[in-house]
Amino acid sequence: MSPVGGAGSSPGTPRHHIVTALVENKSGVLARVAGLFSRRGFNIFSLAVAPTDDERFSRITIVVDVESAPLEQIVQQLDKLVNVVSITELAPEQAIERELLLLTVGAGPAQRQEVIALVGVFEGKIVDVGSDCMTVVMAGPPGRIDDFESLIRPFGIVELQRTGRVALPKLERRPYRLHGVSGNLDAG
Amino acid sequence: MRLTGAQALIKSLEMQHVEVIFGLPGGAILPVYDPILDSPIRHVLVRHEQGAGHMAEGYAHVTGRPGVAMVTSGPGATNIVTPLADAAMDSIPMVVITGQVATTAIGTDAFQECPITGVTMDITKHNWLVTDAQDLPRVIAEAFHVATTGRPGPVLVDVPKDVSNAPMDWYWPASIDELDLPGYHPRTEGDPAEVRRAAELMAAARRPVIYAGGGILKARAAEALRALAERTGIPVVTTLMARGAFPDRHPLCLGMPGMHGNYTAVTALQHADLLIALGSRFDDRVTGKVSAFAPHAKVIHVDIDPAELGKVRRPDVAIAGDCRLVIEELLGALEAAGASGPQGSERPELAPWMAQLRTWQAQFPLTYTQEDGGPLKPQFVVETLRDMTPDDTIVVAGVGQHQMWASQYWRFDHPYTWVNSGGAGTMGFAVPAAIGAKVGRPDRMVWAVDGDGCFQMTAQELVTASAERIPVKVAILNNAYLGMVRQWQELFYEERYSEVYLSPDLPDYVKWAEAMGCVGLKVESADEVAPAIEKANGIDDRPVVIDFRTDAFEKVYPMVPAGASNDDIIVGPSQGEGGR
Repeated sequence: MSPVGGAGSSPGTPRHHIVTALVENKSGVLARVAGLFSRRGFNIFSLAVAPTDDERFSRITIVVDVESAPLEQIVQQLDKLVNVVSITELAPEQAIERELLLLTVGAGPAQRQEVIALVGVFEGKIVDVGSDCMTVVMAGPPGRIDDFESLIRPFGIVELQRTGRVALPKLERRPYRLHGVSGNLDAG
Repeated sequence: MRLTGAQALIKSLEMQHVEVIFGLPGGAILPVYDPILDSPIRHVLVRHEQGAGHMAEGYAHVTGRPGVAMVTSGPGATNIVTPLADAAMDSIPMVVITGQVATTAIGTDAFQECPITGVTMDITKHNWLVTDAQDLPRVIAEAFHVATTGRPGPVLVDVPKDVSNAPMDWYWPASIDELDLPGYHPRTEGDPAEVRRAAELMAAARRPVIYAGGGILKARAAEALRALAERTGIPVVTTLMARGAFPDRHPLCLGMPGMHGNYTAVTALQHADLLIALGSRFDDRVTGKVSAFAPHAKVIHVDIDPAELGKVRRPDVAIAGDCRLVIEELLGALEAAGASGPQGSERPELAPWMAQLRTWQAQFPLTYTQEDGGPLKPQFVVETLRDMTPDDTIVVAGVGQHQMWASQYWRFDHPYTWVNSGGAGTMGFAVPAAIGAKVGRPDRMVWAVDGDGCFQMTAQELVTASAERIPVKVAILNNAYLGMVRQWQELFYEERYSEVYLSPDLPDYVKWAEAMGCVGLKVESADEVAPAIEKANGIDDRPVVIDFRTDAFEKVYPMVPAGASNDDIIVGPSQGEGGR
């Protein structure tokens, strides 16, 4: 995997795609899924795996930078894997995406207030404080986490971990219709 | 009933109506070999595990039933990797059982340990590492279900030695509902709306061609294909994997397209206004340069594997489904669209197209010249063999020039009479695959047409054939070279021959055959060909090997150079520089 936020492969580019797969919660499944990308020489940008509400299944969320055409073929091949139950490709504009960041930043007594202020603006939390460092947790849309990361960087990042994003499709919104409203009023 | 895992494994194979296992025992699979002694299943003891895999493939090719191979862990398992890759490329249903070191030893670099499920992950349709003996019947049932349904393919079940030895309570899954395959639901019937659109395109086409692939044979759709061709009057090309799926004798059959296809089949695709691709996958050996392939054609693509639709060429109508079922749906839709008639009817609007095809056929037939007293031509051997053997003879080829000549010059009039390694191009395939084919169809004459290079890779399986009384016949087209590579070096590397010479008589093929319990014959001239074949055909109690000393300078034509457009087809020297 490439370092998070590595230059040239930012997930903000139009080539970035989110693939979510519902898979059987069995050993070897992740290797099969990842293998379909690696054997074509495609780099997985981020990856998140966890069991679903049904413990027989896990959901894998993969963010990958590829052209649409090879991605379509990968999605088809993923769908062929016996352990893959279903697969969805989400365009970024159709998805709600979240990611979690844990970050230890160099912050002695002199910088603490500045760091706390910045964390406050981004609605993060200070979860640990040492004599020269603080550890911050923050969840949010990946772009917002990118912004925070670049603003906090000058303070000196000691350690940083991002979970990779998870995503769900945006919900359908039916158009607002007057007679529907009046119907509700009648019923009320 | 209390059984060991090993007993449950063999009993599960019996429940799957397995009649033969091709295999070779070893340490980790030892427990499973014990109950074989008490089982009605025949075991064919091979001399190298690769042979077991290709035999299982040959058996599956001709019977349509999954071939079964069983080998031990480590090198036993890695030796069967090539057949697995071969079967994956050609969609051959095959179940491979491998022994594995005990679960407690996995990951410790134990003796003969190899993580074979990892190694074969990308070349099997699916594989399983069994960690609990109680799972064995279900996993075996799953393995056969996955191997044989949807797009068929090879599967592997890895069984650790302690799992084989562990006790379990016997059961057998009553139906596929009891299998644990929540992500596996192959679609077989085509979308009716897409089928109607396909019928409309077929009705409107003026230069249509049916591009039939190996999927026709996998779907047992040869009869349906024939009905489709005859009722629509649309001509058919049969790819290397589909030889025999439509009779070569049929007036609508154009034969094989591709790199070494005949001029008419190749050019028909180039000039077509509609390709009806049935169970074919636009392989690079068929398309040549993809961007120049069939440039005027709309494409209907039918395949049971949805991932094939649009993989190489974007179809105008894509139908995911079983070829036989979709063709039957198509026949109904065509009738409704008024685009089909009774059997054998011709559509007058296709007459100019058919006339064009007939002109090409007359102008550019396959040709070679066997001169009296001249060097023996490999094509002459294939034609003589074809004419001296029964119509339903099974022909098995290795990979290279001999394979192309066999495919070009044999006349395939029946499905499941042609067995070869198409996608993977596995040299050494012929001898073991022929043995597997003969085991599957003992009633048929089985001839392997092999090259001298291929023969040397797996010939030792003739010891297996002799020991097991499997009377296959092998025709070696011995040109003393790795002939296809030699041909490319002649044509594209300025005759700089690099590491392709093998020698015609090292090894001595007759002595080698005899040492393996076969009858060995040698043929050096055209007039010896027929008598030798006649003698071989009369021998039915042991394998026969004929060493045909053929002309090393003969090349396979026509030829589309790698990466070139099919329009740049090179026909034989006697037909001028090029077809166009």
